[in-house]
Amino acid sequence: MTFQTHTGNRGLVLEEKLIFEQGEAGRSGVDLPDPAPVKSRLGGLARDENSEIGLPGLSEPQVVRHFTRLSQKNFGIDSGFFPLGSCTMKHNPRLNEKVARLPGIADLHPMQPESTVQGALELMDQCAHWLLVLTGMPAVAMSPASGAQGELCGMMAIRAALDARGENRRRVLVPESAHGTNPATAAACGFTVDSIPATADGRVDLAAFEAKLGDDVAGIMLTNPNTCGLFERDVRKIADLVHAAGGYFYCDGANFNAIVGRVRPADLGVDAMHINLHKTFSTPHGGGGPGSGPVVFSEALAPFAPIPYVVKTENGFHLVETADEQDGKKPFGRLKGFHGQMGMFVRALSYMKSHGADGLRQASGDAVLNANYLLARLKTKLSVAYPGYCMHEALFDDDFLKGTGVSTLDLAKAIIDEGFHPMTMYFPLVVHGALLIEPTETETKESIDQFCDAVLSLVAKAEAGDSEFFKNAPYLTPRRRLDETAAARKPVLRWSPANA
Amino acid sequence: MAKKFSKEHEWLEIDGDVATVGITDHAQQALGDIVYVELPEVGKKLAKDGDAAVVESVKAASDVYAPVDGEIVEANEELDANPALVNESPENDGWFFKIKITDASQLDDLMDEAGYKAFVEGLED
Amino acid sequence: MRYLPLTQADRASMLETIGAGSVDDLYCDVPEGALLKEPVDLPHHLGEMQVERDMAKLAAKNMGTASAPSFLGAGAYRHHVPATVDYIIQRGEFLTAYTPYQPEIAQGTLQYLFEFQTQVASITNMDVANASMWDGATSCAEAVLMACRATRRKKAVLSGGLHPHYREVTETYCQYSDTQVAGRDGHPEHQATADELDDLIDDQTACVVVQYPDVFGRLDDHTKLAEACHAKGALLVVVFTEAVAFGAIKSPGSFGADIVCGEGQSIGNALGYGGPYVGLFATTSKLVRQMPGRLCGETVDQDGKRGFVLTLSTREQHIRREKATSNICTNSGLCSLAFTVHMSLLGEDGYRKLAAINHERAVKTADALEGVAGVEVVNDSFFNEFTVKLSKPAAEVVEALVARGIMGGVPLSRLYPNRDDLGAFMLVAATETNTDEDIAALAAALKEVLA
Repeated sequence: MTFQTHTGNRGLVLEEKLIFEQGEAGRSGVDLPDPAPVKSRLGGLARDENSEIGLPGLSEPQVVRHFTRLSQKNFGIDSGFFPLGSCTMKHNPRLNEKVARLPGIADLHPMQPESTVQGALELMDQCAHWLLVLTGMPAVAMSPASGAQGELCGMMAIRAALDARGENRRRVLVPESAHGTNPATAAACGFTVDSIPATADGRVDLAAFEAKLGDDVAGIMLTNPNTCGLFERDVRKIADLVHAAGGYFYCDGANFNAIVGRVRPADLGVDAMHINLHKTFSTPHGGGGPGSGPVVFSEALAPFAPIPYVVKTENGFHLVETADEQDGKKPFGRLKGFHGQMGMFVRALSYMKSHGADGLRQASGDAVLNANYLLARLKTKLSVAYPGYCMHEALFDDDFLKGTGVSTLDLAKAIIDEGFHPMTMYFPLVVHGALLIEPTETETKESIDQFCDAVLSLVAKAEAGDSEFFKNAPYLTPRRRLDETAAARKPVLRWSPANA
Repeated sequence: MAKKFSKEHEWLEIDGDVATVGITDHAQQALGDIVYVELPEVGKKLAKDGDAAVVESVKAASDVYAPVDGEIVEANEELDANPALVNESPENDGWFFKIKITDASQLDDLMDEAGYKAFVEGLED
Repeated sequence: MRYLPLTQADRASMLETIGAGSVDDLYCDVPEGALLKEPVDLPHHLGEMQVERDMAKLAAKNMGTASAPSFLGAGAYRHHVPATVDYIIQRGEFLTAYTPYQPEIAQGTLQYLFEFQTQVASITNMDVANASMWDGATSCAEAVLMACRATRRKKAVLSGGLHPHYREVTETYCQYSDTQVAGRDGHPEHQATADELDDLIDDQTACVVVQYPDVFGRLDDHTKLAEACHAKGALLVVVFTEAVAFGAIKSPGSFGADIVCGEGQSIGNALGYGGPYVGLFATTSKLVRQMPGRLCGETVDQDGKRGFVLTLSTREQHIRREKATSNICTNSGLCSLAFTVHMSLLGEDGYRKLAAINHERAVKTADALEGVAGVEVVNDSFFNEFTVKLSKPAAEVVEALVARGIMGGVPLSRLYPNRDDLGAFMLVAATETNTDEDIAALAAALKEVLA
C-alpha cells in the first residue's frame, strides 16, 4: 500500500536531517568544566571570539538518535549476505573489537619509551610471525596503512633494489585485468606500465608476457589468485621468467584469503606481496577503512623494507625507527607516521589465534567451496566468464542478459530489493558487464541457496521481458537511484547555510 | 570555412590558420552525460596526437588529442559552468578550444564529413 | 570452528553439486608440490576465552597512558572520548559495511561523510574537504604531490617546524617522482619565519609546507608566507597534528592557505599505539579536482529526495589507473565516523571550550615546570604543547620519570636521532585529561630527577 505520511518517515525507515540543520546555539553533547583564567600564551593568534566556526550544537540524545538513524540506512555484513567480489566481506568477530580496546593497548601512546611497551612490540612481532609462517617469506614490513599503500611499499622496495644494483629498469608489466591501484602505484614509483593481455581462460598470456620481457623490465605486478577469481596456473613459470630477465615478482595479495594455510607465496617465487588484513584476516571494513597492508618480502628485497620495524634483542623488543642503525639494512624510507595500524594488528592476531593453523586452512577451503557451489548453481542460467573451477569468487559476464534490455547494473539494483548487497559490478574490466560474486567462508549453505534462488528468479523475470521493472529498481530502499551526473556536474561537497 | 574530422572523433572548423575543435555527436553519444571538461591553457603549444583535453563522464575519463600541431589561442570557458553543452550542442556551442595551426599540410590527413560518416558506420559493423 | 558455519554434511552435498571429489580438487591449478597437505607450523584454534586471555597478557606487559600521568604529544594526543562515540562506531551497520558503492543502501555512511567533510572544512576555514586520508603524515605527502600537479612544478619547500615523520613520509613519496624536497633543519630555539623560507621559494617551487602549531609547539602567523608563495605562483600547505587547536587559534584558512591537512586522531580516536588514525585534507574550490581521495557529494534520487553519492571519481585509480591523482583506494572510514560523532557532541561551544581547557592545562603545566631548577620553557607561544630544555639529557630524564610512574614527555632525540644538538630538549603536551595532581607530580618528579 503506498500513501504519503505526514513526516516523510515510513515505519522503520526514518528520514534524518543533517546535523547542521538540527543544531541550536548554546546546546552541547558534552559537559566540560570552565577553564581557570590564565594569561594566554597563544602569541597573539587567539581565534576571534565573535567569529563562528559553524559547528551545530546538539545534545547527547540527539547525537545518538541521529547516528543510529543513519546506521539504519546502511547495509553491513551483520545485516545480511554481502558477496562483494574482491572485497572479502566476511564475518567480523566482536572478540577482536573487545581486545583492541583493552587498557594497555588502546591507551598506548606511540612515543612511549620502549620499556613501557614491551607487550605491544611483542604483539607486533607475533602478528608478523604468523604472517611470515603463512606466506613462507623471510621478512615483513608491518607499517603500510592499507592494501594500496602495501603496493606502494612493495614497488618502492623494488625500485630501491634496482637503484642499489645501479640499473635503470623502468617498465612494469601489469595484466590488463589488474585492480586500478596497481598501475596507479607503479606510476607513483616512477615506473611506466605495460599491459599484458589475458588468455581465453582468464590467465596471463604466457607467450605475450615472455615477449614483453627485456632488460628494461623492473618486474611484474600479478594478482594471484587473480581478479577473475582464478589461480594463475603458470605462476611459477612467470616467476622464473621474470627473475631470469632480472626483474622482480610483486604479487598483489588481495586474494590471499583463497589460499591461506594451503599455498605459501614463497613456494611460488614471490618477491613481495601485500596482505590486506581487512580481507584475509577479517579486520572490519568500517565503511571504507581503516585497513592495513603489511608486505612480506623475499631475501632479495628484505634489506630495503621501510622503517620502522621491530627486532628482538637480548634486552627485549626494540623498535628500529631510523635508517642509520648499523644492521646492514637499506630502508627506502618511511610510509606512515608512527608504526603502522596497531589496532588492526591486534584484531588480526586475535583472528589468527582463534582460527589457528587448522582453522585458517579450513576457512580458505570453505571460501573456495562456497564460491564453487554458488558458481555451480548460477551457471545453469548465468554466463560464466571463464571455464573450470574458481577460487574464492565466481565471475560472470553479461552475455546472459543479451536481448533482455536489462544491464548488470539494473540486475544489481533489483538484487538490493531482495535484501542482499549486490556483487561487484563491471570489475574486472576485461569481462563485459562483469558480475564478481564472493560469498566467503562465513556464509551458510542456506544463505547461498537463498541468494542463488533470488538471482535465478530475477533472471527469469528479465528473460520474460520485464525490463521496465529493472530500470527503476530498487524500490524499497531509503533512497532510490541517485543522480550521479548532477552530483558531478555541480559538486556540492559540504553543507553551507547558503544552500540549505 | 571547411569542416574536417579525425579518427579520434574530433571535428575541426577551419577559419584561416585557426581551427575550432570539439568532439563529434557520435563521440558525445558514446560517452554519455558529460560532467567535466579539462581544457588546455591558452598559449600551450601542442604536437599532433598530444594530450589536449580530458572529457569526463561519471564513470570514465577520456583524453582528447590535438588533431594538428599548433598553439592554443582560446578555450571554451562556458564548459566549466555548463559541461552539458557538449551533450546538447557538441558541434556548435560545445566546442573545446581554438588552435592556431602551424602545419596546414596535416589537415590533409583528416576526413571530410562524408568520409567521417562512412568511418563511423564502418565502426558499427 | 565458531566462525565457520558449514557442517561436514553441507560440504559433502556441496561437493556433489559441484561435481568435485574433494576441496583439494578445486585447487587443481596450484603447481605441483605447492599445495600443502597439512596445516602450517602454528598453534591450532583456540576458544574465545583463551584468545582473550592471551591478548590480555600481552596488554598487561605495557604501561598505558590511562594508568599514569602522561604528557606525551608529538603528533598524537590523549583526549577524553565520550562513550557515545565508541557505541556508534561499533554498530554493525557502520563497522561491517564497505565503501558506499551502492548508494541506495549506504546513505548512512554517505551522509556522515558529508557531515565530516563539512566539519573539517569548517574548523580549517577552507572551502572543501575530502572523506579522509590514512593519517596526518600521508596527508602531508599527498598535499605536496597535489601541489606539484596543480602548479606543474617539481619542488617542495618544507619548513623546519614540520614533524620529522611527516617530512620523512613526504620525502619517501617524492623520491621516485623527480620531485625535489628542500628545506632547513628545525630547532626549537630558532623560530622559522616567513623571511627564512623566502629565499628558498623560486619559480620552480610548487609549495611551501609549514606546520601550525609547529612540531615544537610554536604558533606563527603565516599570512605573509602565503603572500610570498602566491607572488611566486606557489601554494601554501598548512599542516597540523592537533585538530583541537583550531577551537582556540586562528584558522589556517584565514592565512590564505591553499591546502590544509593533518591528523584528526585527537577528536574521537584512541591513541592505540599510533594507528589507525585519520588524515584530514581540505583545500579551495579551485583546486578540488586535483584532490586525492574519496569525495562525497549531495544530489537527489529518482523521486527527487535529497541523497548523497561518491563523486568526482574520475580523479581516482579505478578509473584513471596510472593517471590517477593518487593510488589511495579508500579512506579511514570508521575513524572519520568517530571524528564526526565526537565533533557533533562537542558542537561550537564544546569545541571552543575543549580548546580553551587544553590551553589552560598547558599554561599551568608550563608555569609549574618553569619553577623547577634545570627546566627552561623554550616557547614564546604554544597551544597545548611546548618544548623544554633540560639540564640533563632528555632521553635519560624520560626513563627516570617512567621509573617514578610518570610519562613526562617525548625527548627530541626520539624524533631526531641524528641531531646531537637537540639532546637536551623534551616536548611536553597537556590536555583536558591532565589534572592538577598530574601537573604537580610531573614537577615534583622532574625536580628529583634533575637535582
